[in-house]
Amino acid sequence: MSIGLGHFVAVSALLFSLGLFCLITRRNAVAILMGIELILNAALLNLAAFSRYLHGQPDGQIFAVFGIVLAAAEAVVALAIVLQLYRAFRTVDTAETTELKG
Amino acid sequence: MHLEHFPLGLIPLLPLLGAVYAGFFGARLQRRWREPVIYWPAIVLPWASFVITVVAVAKLAGAGHHTALYHRAWSWLSVGSLQVDVAFQMDRLSAVMALVVTLVGSLIHVYSRGYMKDDPGFWRFFSNMNLFMFAMLVLVLADNFLLMFVGWEGVGLCSYLLIGFWYRETKNAVAGMKAFIVNRIGDYGFSLGLFLLFWGLFLAPVVTTGDPGDRLAAPGGPHAAPAVDAAEPGAPAAADTGIHGGAPLTSVTFREVQTIVEDPARRDGILGQRVLGAGLITVVCLLFFLGAAGKSAQIPLYVWLPDAMAGPTPVSALIHAATMVTAGVYLVARLHFLFAASAAAMTVVATVGALTALFAATIGLFQYDIKKVLAYSTVSQLGFMFLAAGVGAYWVAIFHLMTHAFFKACLFLGSGSVILGCHHEQDMRKMGGLRKLMPITAVTYALAACAIAGFPFFSGFFSKDEILWKAFDSGNLLLPGKGIALWALAAAAALCTSFYMFRSYFLTFTGTYRGGQDAGHGHGHGHAPHESPRSMTVVLVVLAALAVGGGWIGLPILWGLPNRFEQWLEPAFAGSHHLIESAHRGHGAEWGLMALSVAIAIAGWFAARWLFRDGKNPIPARLLASSRPAVRGVYRTVFNKYYVDEFYGRVFVRGTRQLSELLARVDRDVVDGLVNLWGSVGRVVSDVQGMIDAHVVDGAVNAIGAGSVRLGRSLRRLQTGRIQSYVFGLTTGFVILVVIGYLLA
Repeated sequence: MSIGLGHFVAVSALLFSLGLFCLITRRNAVAILMGIELILNAALLNLAAFSRYLHGQPDGQIFAVFGIVLAAAEAVVALAIVLQLYRAFRTVDTAETTELKG
Repeated sequence: MHLEHFPLGLIPLLPLLGAVYAGFFGARLQRRWREPVIYWPAIVLPWASFVITVVAVAKLAGAGHHTALYHRAWSWLSVGSLQVDVAFQMDRLSAVMALVVTLVGSLIHVYSRGYMKDDPGFWRFFSNMNLFMFAMLVLVLADNFLLMFVGWEGVGLCSYLLIGFWYRETKNAVAGMKAFIVNRIGDYGFSLGLFLLFWGLFLAPVVTTGDPGDRLAAPGGPHAAPAVDAAEPGAPAAADTGIHGGAPLTSVTFREVQTIVEDPARRDGILGQRVLGAGLITVVCLLFFLGAAGKSAQIPLYVWLPDAMAGPTPVSALIHAATMVTAGVYLVARLHFLFAASAAAMTVVATVGALTALFAATIGLFQYDIKKVLAYSTVSQLGFMFLAAGVGAYWVAIFHLMTHAFFKACLFLGSGSVILGCHHEQDMRKMGGLRKLMPITAVTYALAACAIAGFPFFSGFFSKDEILWKAFDSGNLLLPGKGIALWALAAAAALCTSFYMFRSYFLTFTGTYRGGQDAGHGHGHGHAPHESPRSMTVVLVVLAALAVGGGWIGLPILWGLPNRFEQWLEPAFAGSHHLIESAHRGHGAEWGLMALSVAIAIAGWFAARWLFRDGKNPIPARLLASSRPAVRGVYRTVFNKYYVDEFYGRVFVRGTRQLSELLARVDRDVVDGLVNLWGSVGRVVSDVQGMIDAHVVDGAVNAIGAGSVRLGRSLRRLQTGRIQSYVFGLTTGFVILVVIGYLLA
């Protein structure tokens, strides 16, 4: 049995589900960030897989490389925000970093 | 009538100025400069009016017989076809009246200065007196009915003000109100008569009888409907005549009314007009006579005059004896052309006059208040005047009016002098023997009493004798025996007059002084009476001279002497001359009557002298003390004025009051009840509506509000602010949608 498009899509779906689960259940801001990264990577994996197996052109894979770069930049910004959050509240628990809730 | 211009307006204007001066500035000026600053203008201005009147009368005497002086001051009213001017006219009748009013009025003003001395209301008194002179002169000199009515009401007002002059005593204020209200009844008659006359002469459809062709067509045509129908307002004939549209301008002057009534073309039509089943002219005359009876205190409206004696004595002399109360006589004389046209009205006037003359004279027999005696005497003498007017002897009525003004003013002022001398005592039982203490007053009083009693050659003799003769000789009364019954009444009244006048004289001036015995009664009573100051006695002397000699201008023609007064007034009453009939009783009867009236005067004097001279005769006292019911009953009835006041009080005053109470009860129970019922119905309805509002409408609004709140509260729980739960919801929803889409596909 050779590895085909179905395997990639299954891995990608598993990855997305794990990311989503992580996003919903974790209260730590860093963990939520990690969940988001998993979801992003699942999407990029889909891009690369569909580009390779269905399209035959490399533009999807190039798009995925751009996405990886963007994800790195995004991680930088998000981590910086988390750092500031920590400075302000001395915690990164999103359930406790509330100011507007009456 | 030929009119000549003369500034007649000045005659009433001058007293008006005096009234304004004293009325508006008097109180302050009197405080500052005492009484002279009040009485000088107040006395001088009426005298100035008198002088102007004399000049006017001289001019009138120099002009033709049918000349009248005329002065149109300004235009007053202009309503539809009615044009009224403020205009004055002086014909020969007005001339006599104006002379009497200004002369007697001015004399009384002089007298008042002494009488009202030291009264705090001095300025008010003179202001009112001058105002009265103004109103009376307007009444007398008015050129038309409306202006006369102004004067008529003005004198009534001044009468009210002056009767209640000492208004701090309730009795006086009540007397003033009584006079005013009783006069009001008469004024009502005056105005109704005026309206009816105006309607009858100017508005009512004319019944044309002057055109012979019309008269021929009379039985059938719409124009010639019988007078009865045509006179009714709104009758079909009214539309055809077209009078309402093109009514000619009218000014209700006496001249104009007289011209219309005497116009041969219209006379029959006017006389034929009927109102309420009686002749228009008769009804008009009776209404005017009601006004005259109110003003001149005739039955049934005489009750106010005796009470009017509550005013100061000069007021009684001027207003309630000499001038104002004669206004009714003047009115009848002024409207002689109307009255003469209605025999029924003339009969009523004469009968009421004669009855009043006797009725009041009998009351006067038993009065003890010296002013009350004179008051009833005035009522009685006014009755004589109406008797004369009622039998068509208008000049005699005016003649008696004039002589009465002189002697009654003299008597009243004499009584005022006595009252002042006796320290405001009016009861003759507490006087007596004043002849020695007040000689001038006593002599003048005696002379005036002779005049009113009708002693020969005194003024009252000529006028009263003429009245008795004219009544006896009258040919146009609608009574059985013509005037004889009225003559008998008047002769009896003359006997009473002579008796009560000399009774008052003997009680007051002869015998011994009976006042001052009850010294503890007041500090003033201890002093002996004293003669009044010069300013008062001079007036008494002048008036006494007039009372004696004033009649000589009207000497009887019977004696072959010239009767200047009748000649003077003849043109004024020429219009009705042909309507007055004589019974032609002859000269012999006239001589006989003259002798009889002299005998009557002397008999009255003799009886009074026998009973009351010096207070020595015991009969009056014994009669008063008598316990015989017949004597007591008669005495008490007459002394209490036949209980007429009580009768009026019970029937009219209490009747009115009960009616008003009944109406009040109807108001309270029925009208108020309905209103209240309606109100409570409204309340019940609004209560129900309020409940609906509170529970249904408000309930719905509140329910919506509360529901929103409750919904919001429950939905709030969903919005946790935690993104993860939102994402969870999002995901769940997405999965559900996908499952549904899968299942549906």
